[in-house]
Amino acid sequence: MSSPDTPQSILLAGLDGDNTWGIEHYMKRGGYSALRKVLESGMTPEQIIAEVKKSELRGRGGAGFPTGLKWSFMPRNFPMDKYVVCNSDEGEPGTFKDRDILRFNPHLVIEGMAIAGFAMGCSRGYNYIHGEVWSLYERFEQALAEARAAGFIGRNILGKGFDFELFAHHGWGAYICGEETALLESIEGKKGQPRFKPPFPASHGLYGKPTTINNTETFASIPWIIDHGGEAFQALGKPNNGGTKIFSVSGHVNRPGVYEIPLGTPFPALLEMCGGMRGGRKLKAVIPGGSSAPVLPGDIMMDCTMDYDSIAKAGSMLGSGAVIVMDESTCMVKSLERLSYFYHEESCGQCTPCREGTGWLYRMVHRIEHGEGRPDDLDTLDNVASNIAGRTICALGDAAAFPVKSFIKHFRPEFEYHVEHKRCLVPVEVQREGSRIYVEHAAC
Amino acid sequence: MNDTVSKETMSFALNEASRAAIDREVAKYPEGQAISAVMAGLRIAQEQNGWLSPEAIEAVADYLAIPAMAAMEVATFYNMYDVKPVGRWKIVVCTNLPCALSGGEQAAEYVQEKLGIGFNETTPDGRFTLKEGECMGVCGDAPAIIVNNTRLCSWMSREKIDALLDELK
Ligand SMILES: Cc1cc2nc3c(=O)[nH]c(=O)nc-3n(C[C@H](O)[C@H](O)[C@H](O)COP(=O)(O)O)c2cc1C
Ligand code: SF4
Ligand code: FES
Repeated sequence: MSSPDTPQSILLAGLDGDNTWGIEHYMKRGGYSALRKVLESGMTPEQIIAEVKKSELRGRGGAGFPTGLKWSFMPRNFPMDKYVVCNSDEGEPGTFKDRDILRFNPHLVIEGMAIAGFAMGCSRGYNYIHGEVWSLYERFEQALAEARAAGFIGRNILGKGFDFELFAHHGWGAYICGEETALLESIEGKKGQPRFKPPFPASHGLYGKPTTINNTETFASIPWIIDHGGEAFQALGKPNNGGTKIFSVSGHVNRPGVYEIPLGTPFPALLEMCGGMRGGRKLKAVIPGGSSAPVLPGDIMMDCTMDYDSIAKAGSMLGSGAVIVMDESTCMVKSLERLSYFYHEESCGQCTPCREGTGWLYRMVHRIEHGEGRPDDLDTLDNVASNIAGRTICALGDAAAFPVKSFIKHFRPEFEYHVEHKRCLVPVEVQREGSRIYVEHAAC
Repeated sequence: MNDTVSKETMSFALNEASRAAIDREVAKYPEGQAISAVMAGLRIAQEQNGWLSPEAIEAVADYLAIPAMAAMEVATFYNMYDVKPVGRWKIVVCTNLPCALSGGEQAAEYVQEKLGIGFNETTPDGRFTLKEGECMGVCGDAPAIIVNNTRLCSWMSREKIDALLDELK
């Protein structure tokens, strides 16, 4: 479980665990050559943005929005402060890829952010790091000190008159701060409550100034694009889905972990890289893009390729690339109960449909799981979920609704069994057997 | 940081190390935005005091010259601030679905059994407080435990849980 490197890696290539994150090793791997190229060959911001557009890089934080297009929204001739912000608040259940980028290759993010700053005319940036991964915040600060000492951030970078300052800000236990406008509020020292949009951050962002927010992995992809060209990056993946993507695979596989593979790789191939299903049990279901993405039955998943378009066509989302694998020992009602609890717990409480609706969803699924469900509960659940989605300030409302609707849609008989028989279709001992291995034996 | 002001008197003053650490945070933000350092400030005060008493929150607010209410709102919004006293060791076990599929729940049960307490409870000797965690962003390391907010423990089998709890005096 040590090396996340696969033969096709570009973001996690050539790393040796905790030993090679420092600037010396980064530069030996060719690090900071892209920033140098930008500044020394006189690439213009327009040329950089055009290259990113050509790469067909789509945001790796969840929504899959084209990065080049997002960058082009920033006001070109705004004379005052503008900000570039990195979203490393990785808290979407199932997602743990940004952690490995920051752990093993933090300078890649710094370089990507500096290039982004140059392309959008920003002289200041922040990286917002999930509080739970504290050591990565400390490491990022160390990496920043190295980059500053080497002259890659700060004033007059490489003597080319470009100023860029970058700092780390830590979260402290609030999933909602992964939502980009909640994250901005949080940097401003407030509760992490999402803002109404519009105005969008590109016009009114951090401290009211134009701001671009991208995910850690998105920024980490930029140096390679500059070094090798947008077309080469695009060609690594498939049309409209450029590049490699780091998938976080959790659940019932033999080797949970992160795997960087080209977008468009068939799901069965990814499953094989993870050592196949734990205990040789049968694949039941997969949540392909983090807990907010609709669940898909295993047989549908086996026909998918791992890219935005294929997963969307199958009825779910690639999201953050968090692949949660569930085998036949899984009780779908209990699984949904845990996810519903999470959204209820993490709702920031600003919008009534989300605040009340997530509580309602959780209590109903809880009731079904505990043998107190009523026959009409399933329709009510679906109804409540439909009434949250699309009616809230931020997408957490949708994120709470999607699992409920998709679990019931694909696994309705299991929910009905629960209501009728007041117990799980999958016997509890079988469920425990399916997940106990790492309590019995440490994986490392 | 051992010059903690005792919990009994409830008075609290930021010590020199804490003030220096907060100064470094304030320097990250633009002129006039010291309030951006409130999250770090509260974390630092919590580390010094063991938990965030109202006095500790007020001290941070005073130091940053922001309204105490603003700091209080932040302290109560984010889960990793302990606005009530906790044991010497706060143990948080992730039980969210991805972890649960690899033993997260069973690890939590085992810790409960060993400590004889449930979630959100503290052992009578004040040594341990146990909490149920949400996704820590390390699901590949399940079962995952975080001790006192900053120490991540991965792949916590029963054996490793035994060793960890023995180590935390
Ligand atoms: C509830 C919620 C949680 C989110 N959590 C994250 C997160 O942890 N990391 C992230 O990069 N994006 C997260 N997002 C998406 C961000 O709002 C934003 O779209 C993203 O950071 C943009 O970067 P990208 O275009 O590079 O993907 C979240 C969104 C919502 C609604
Ligand atoms: S949808 Fe939920 S989390 Fe998002 S702003 Fe509204 S209440 Fe807050
Ligand atoms: S679900 Fe436990 S760390 Fe992600």
